[in-house]
Amino acid sequence: MSKTHKLVKAILFLSVGMIMLSACTETNELPDRGYTLVWSDEFDGTTGDPPNPENWTFDIGTGTDGWGNNELQYYTDRTENIHIDGRGNLVIKAINEPFAGRNYTSARITTKGLREFRFGRIEARIKTPFGQGLWPAFWMLGSNIDGVGWPQTGEIDIMELRGQQPSTVLGSVHGPGYSAGNAITTAFQLFDGRFDTEFHVFAIEWGSDFIDFFVDDRLYKRLTPADIPAGSEWVFDRHFFLLLNVAVGGNFVGSPSPNTRFPQTMLIDYVRVYQ
Amino acid sequence: MIIINSLNRMDMKNINIYLFSILLIFSTIGCVREEFEDLPRARYSRTADIFTDNFVGLGTDFYFPYQGAKPNVFSVDDNERYKGTSSIRIDVPDANDPAGNFAGAIFRIDGAGRDLQDFNALTFWARASQAATISEIGFGQDFIGDTYRAFRTNVQFSTNWQKFVIPIPDPSKLLEERGVFQFAAGGIGPEGEEVGFSFWIDELRFENLPSLAQPLPRILNGENQTVNSFNGVTFPVTGTSLIMNNDGTDLSVVAAPSYFNFRSSNSSVATVNAFGEVAVLSSGSSTITATLGSSDTPINALGSLTVISDGPFLGAPIPPARNSGNVVSIFSDAYTNVQVDNYNGFFQFATTQGGLTSIAGENILSYTNLNFVSVNMFNSPDVNASAMTHLHLDINVRENVDPGDFIRVQIINNNGPGETSGAVNLANYKPLLSEEWVSYDIPLSDFTGLGTPNDVDLIFFVSDGTISNIFIDNIYFYR
Repeated sequence: MSKTHKLVKAILFLSVGMIMLSACTETNELPDRGYTLVWSDEFDGTTGDPPNPENWTFDIGTGTDGWGNNELQYYTDRTENIHIDGRGNLVIKAINEPFAGRNYTSARITTKGLREFRFGRIEARIKTPFGQGLWPAFWMLGSNIDGVGWPQTGEIDIMELRGQQPSTVLGSVHGPGYSAGNAITTAFQLFDGRFDTEFHVFAIEWGSDFIDFFVDDRLYKRLTPADIPAGSEWVFDRHFFLLLNVAVGGNFVGSPSPNTRFPQTMLIDYVRVYQ
Repeated sequence: MIIINSLNRMDMKNINIYLFSILLIFSTIGCVREEFEDLPRARYSRTADIFTDNFVGLGTDFYFPYQGAKPNVFSVDDNERYKGTSSIRIDVPDANDPAGNFAGAIFRIDGAGRDLQDFNALTFWARASQAATISEIGFGQDFIGDTYRAFRTNVQFSTNWQKFVIPIPDPSKLLEERGVFQFAAGGIGPEGEEVGFSFWIDELRFENLPSLAQPLPRILNGENQTVNSFNGVTFPVTGTSLIMNNDGTDLSVVAAPSYFNFRSSNSSVATVNAFGEVAVLSSGSSTITATLGSSDTPINALGSLTVISDGPFLGAPIPPARNSGNVVSIFSDAYTNVQVDNYNGFFQFATTQGGLTSIAGENILSYTNLNFVSVNMFNSPDVNASAMTHLHLDINVRENVDPGDFIRVQIINNNGPGETSGAVNLANYKPLLSEEWVSYDIPLSDFTGLGTPNDVDLIFFVSDGTISNIFIDNIYFYR
């Protein structure tokens, strides 16, 4: 082996070593919880299809007091408001139109009674809508909600944001004694992008005594029973179902402004559950 | 981790072969010469900063005030700064400042321009000595065509330092931009009594902001408009702007037409060039639309302009040659005209739009949305038509003439307490015709009530809205 040969070799090995080193230092060490995929909806289908009825059921109408938040939209199951786009996404579209006494329509779907989960990694890849008064969400409610009611049943908001702050996502839990305005919430702001201009993965990793919140594999909040108010109950050790929706207006975001652009869409590439 | 494990399993010889193959591939790629036309274009300076504590790369002669603006309003202030040691200071003058009643200028690089493709906004920090509205603030104005001008209007400055963002409508077009900053501001207060103030600008630079997204381009203010025209007429596309959303807040920027990529649906009827200038070529209809951004990801602009050409413009009949003592001409290309204040002055309740225009080289009066309008001469030297016997007019109605439609012509002499006036209804002489010139020669004696017309101050055209769109030409008194 010539001297030059050796030198080149040394430089090459050094470079490879540097690359490997930098690869190791730039990534957070995440706990490997050994999850495997147990269920997913990839929203592969033909343009205009409704979401798979084996996985999803529709919430229709205005709920009680605008779904408890004075929301302005009427939820429908019409293709205009919700459909598969034929490119592997589910579309939920909020439209500014008079409908059943409301000025906005949109859609909300849940896996209630169809797919309910206790613990694991729950994730979705989503591109959100934007604009004053838009309120997209990927979230969960306790399966026993009809028996014990809200907030006793528990709520985990994996992703929600205010359209007027399209770079800031909120992860929250609601339970007895820590709900609505007193929910336990953490905000995560992107400084290198926005949630409405490209897809991002929103996830929780959830066990009997922890809930970790992620955006694109960045862990931004770890929640344990020690974080809820003293004396209140940790209600996240039972089955929950999933929800996807785009609300318009309401207490959390305020009403749309005349400049809010409609229609607004949320694209969901997939929802996956690992355990 | 996977990479390390697999490498560990390889023996040294294999690694060497593997690595040298990669090296060989790279060296081969390095040796391939690109065709000359495929070589990337050399780029101008990509410097971002314009002012930090000093001007950056603007050269020596970069400050150019607007015509009519107070020239010396600009300084570098070492007592005020957002960051560092100094800031740009602008002293907006009082309305009665003899040197000029507003502050306005451009900063133009004294030398080659900058390549701004890597940025999406001009940003700066600013505060004012009191809360104030800055009429215009932006960039792209160079006084050499202002091709890529972009600015925000009525921007509110407060007494606290705040960051401001001017979105770049399409950075890919800014390959060599010299106009890097522009502002215009008047004082604060009622019109004519504005009081001056000062404002400061710091950390002025181009940036690429990830928070800036969701472009909404517009032409014709986002409306679908129609215009009737004639072959040979050229006019610009107007109302070009862009809304960008900056982390939830909409920012509207007026964008020069050159940022847009225009298209004509029927280029045999009308073409539109890169500057947004429409040229009408032949009779028919064509719709002008636009996109913003690269051809890979064009964004359709809201709004369109449908151009309907009625064919060649047929001018009014050319009046006969007359001895100057036999004509008092108000508006005609055939004679020397008297001085006129205006062709559509302000009157309460008037809805009429338009006035003097030129179509394919001919001066005519074009009115739309007519209810009444007057040619005004009361501030001009007296118009003495006392020796004349007739009034001549040519009128072309640009819409259908329906039963009950009328145009009344009224002359007011010596406007004021001693005025006299008289009116005639044109339909009493000849019917008005749609899309055709009709010539009227009306004896002045028919204007009952009009005294000696020795000081004609106003000539009214009244339709009460029965006819909305007209052309008028060749208004003159003769004998």
